Amino acid sequence: MIVPAGHYLVLAAALFTVGVVGVLVRRNLIVMFMCIELMLNSVNLTLVTFSRVNGNLDGQVLSFFVMVVAAAEVTVGLALIVNLFRLKASADADDVDALRS
Amino acid sequence: MTLLAQIPPLQIPDIAWSAISPELVLFGVGILALLLDTAGPQRLQASFLVFGFAAAGAGYIALSTEQSVLPGLVGLAALGQFALTAIWRDRPRLLSALLAALGFAGAIGVTTWQWGAYSGRLVGADAATFVGTDSLLGGMVAVDGVALFTRVTVCLAGLVTVPLSFAYAEERRIHRGEYYPLLLFAATGMTLLASSADFIMVFIAIEVLSLSLYILAGFAKRDLNSQEAALKYFLLGAFSSALLLYGIALVYGVTGSTNIAEAGRAFSSLDAPQGMAVAAMALLIVGFGFKTAIVPFHMWTPDVYQGAPTPITGFMAAATKAAAFAAFLRVFVGAFAPLQWSWTPVLWVLAALTMLAGAILAVVQNDVKRMLGYSAVAHAGYVLIGFVAVNRAGVSGVLVYLLIYTFMSLGSFGVLALLERRNHKAMAIDDLRGLGRRDPVPAGMLALFLLSLAGIPGTAGFVAKFAVFRAGIEAGHAALVVIAVVSSVIAAFFYIRVIVAMFMEDVPEGVAAEAPLAPSTGMSAGIAFSAAVMVAFGTVLPFLLVDLADQAATFVS
Repeated sequence: MIVPAGHYLVLAAALFTVGVVGVLVRRNLIVMFMCIELMLNSVNLTLVTFSRVNGNLDGQVLSFFVMVVAAAEVTVGLALIVNLFRLKASADADDVDALRS
Repeated sequence: MTLLAQIPPLQIPDIAWSAISPELVLFGVGILALLLDTAGPQRLQASFLVFGFAAAGAGYIALSTEQSVLPGLVGLAALGQFALTAIWRDRPRLLSALLAALGFAGAIGVTTWQWGAYSGRLVGADAATFVGTDSLLGGMVAVDGVALFTRVTVCLAGLVTVPLSFAYAEERRIHRGEYYPLLLFAATGMTLLASSADFIMVFIAIEVLSLSLYILAGFAKRDLNSQEAALKYFLLGAFSSALLLYGIALVYGVTGSTNIAEAGRAFSSLDAPQGMAVAAMALLIVGFGFKTAIVPFHMWTPDVYQGAPTPITGFMAAATKAAAFAAFLRVFVGAFAPLQWSWTPVLWVLAALTMLAGAILAVVQNDVKRMLGYSAVAHAGYVLIGFVAVNRAGVSGVLVYLLIYTFMSLGSFGVLALLERRNHKAMAIDDLRGLGRRDPVPAGMLALFLLSLAGIPGTAGFVAKFAVFRAGIEAGHAALVVIAVVSSVIAAFFYIRVIVAMFMEDVPEGVAAEAPLAPSTGMSAGIAFSAAVMVAFGTVLPFLLVDLADQAATFVS
């Protein structure tokens, strides 16, 4: 069975939308962070599909860089969330509201 | 043996390292500072090891290629770091700060050399190999006027940030070894972003600078405000990077290339405007809008600017904006030029919104850092005028504005850092009352920076505003310039409110017994340097700067 490229693109767009909605709607920091990772991975799927359609490797190269960057982002992001949890004993985005004047 | 003989000799690719030499300097010094900090008491041995390896490498290059300048410089730098380590081996923070300052100065020096080759003043054997072409390092890097000018802006910002940080970080007990290396890595990302000619490079450079800045914004580990700033910056920054990346993926899908110039050529040969191209453009505007703090993507700006350590706030406001605007310009002038009819009106509206919203929201703020955060948003709007004009005067105006804004921002946040050292808390406008009587010099400096931010004639801020307004009028966007003038008038209100509080109101009861300000050498030097540059560009040298920016306002194509 041959799956047309459009199917992959639609799937990636759907995953990306789920990620965007998740970041905007959910309030748990870890879940928001997971949704950002979902967005990055759906972009990876898009890139690889386009790479296949265009017949060159640029997109696949970029998708490898995206994976590396996502790993680095996890390191920084989880460190920040864990440190905040130590200070506030909460991982809820609505509790993080000290900065208002 | 026969099999071995059949293998053709390896072709070693010719890599134009000189194109990214400022980045190599910044990155190298960052790694060195990190290494010396990690080595702890064995600092001197580690430094000697670095010296040994660098000297051996330099000697090898000198013997094998018969060049003498580059190996000589490498050897000298290696010897220099060993000498510094030997002198200050018991003061690791001072050593780190000195190395960082020298790194920024070295990067400025290398960029000046590149500028000499670029503008044709320096005729050398290898001058032509790395300038004026977009096929460097596999089409990843472009060395042109905009890239070089922005590199200098970023490195100057770093050079001023280092002395401003030293005493401040010491006093807040956040002076850890990673501070200066992270500053250098952030600057590496920024200079790379300014010169990236490929979407892959744009993404990587944005992430390099953002990841370093997330950590720097949250550098005060026990301070809830700092942690909150870092977390908000991180979540919204990662979110915007993902949107930017989706835009890049769509550009790649439409054009079949990640190279900015090639994408531009592919766009110009499209028959009809494609939905996917427009969607890609919208996503890229959102992504860059977050990084440059344009309304309505500015929500993170006041929170992050208020919570981050003050010298870092100044650095973020100045250098990040400069680098992100350079890449923003390069992508839209380089890749989306054929679709200019569609993005000019969008950016026009965003510029108007940004100027008005930034100025109006700043009026109602009470915290000075937060107020300056909103004023940074308004200033992003003024820069956008030059962007919307797209002509050469516009690009030149953007460059001038960002360089001058660097010093206004670092200077004003520097004075705030100085005041925070005494009060040990965030500064509200009421805390500044009567400051002019007690400490006339810092108050006068702050007044100078604020007047410049307001764009009063005779200050550097006026020169910057004039440059972008002129470009806007020339390009036929008179209405936008009128909005900008209205916004400037609103903005002048809250800058002058601070000055009135400092000089014309009395010291509130019970504060009179406070100790006088004790500025450190580094802070005084950083603030005085910013003020001197401000005055010089405002009165004597504006034409020099504008001329330089006019020459630099070109992209390779």
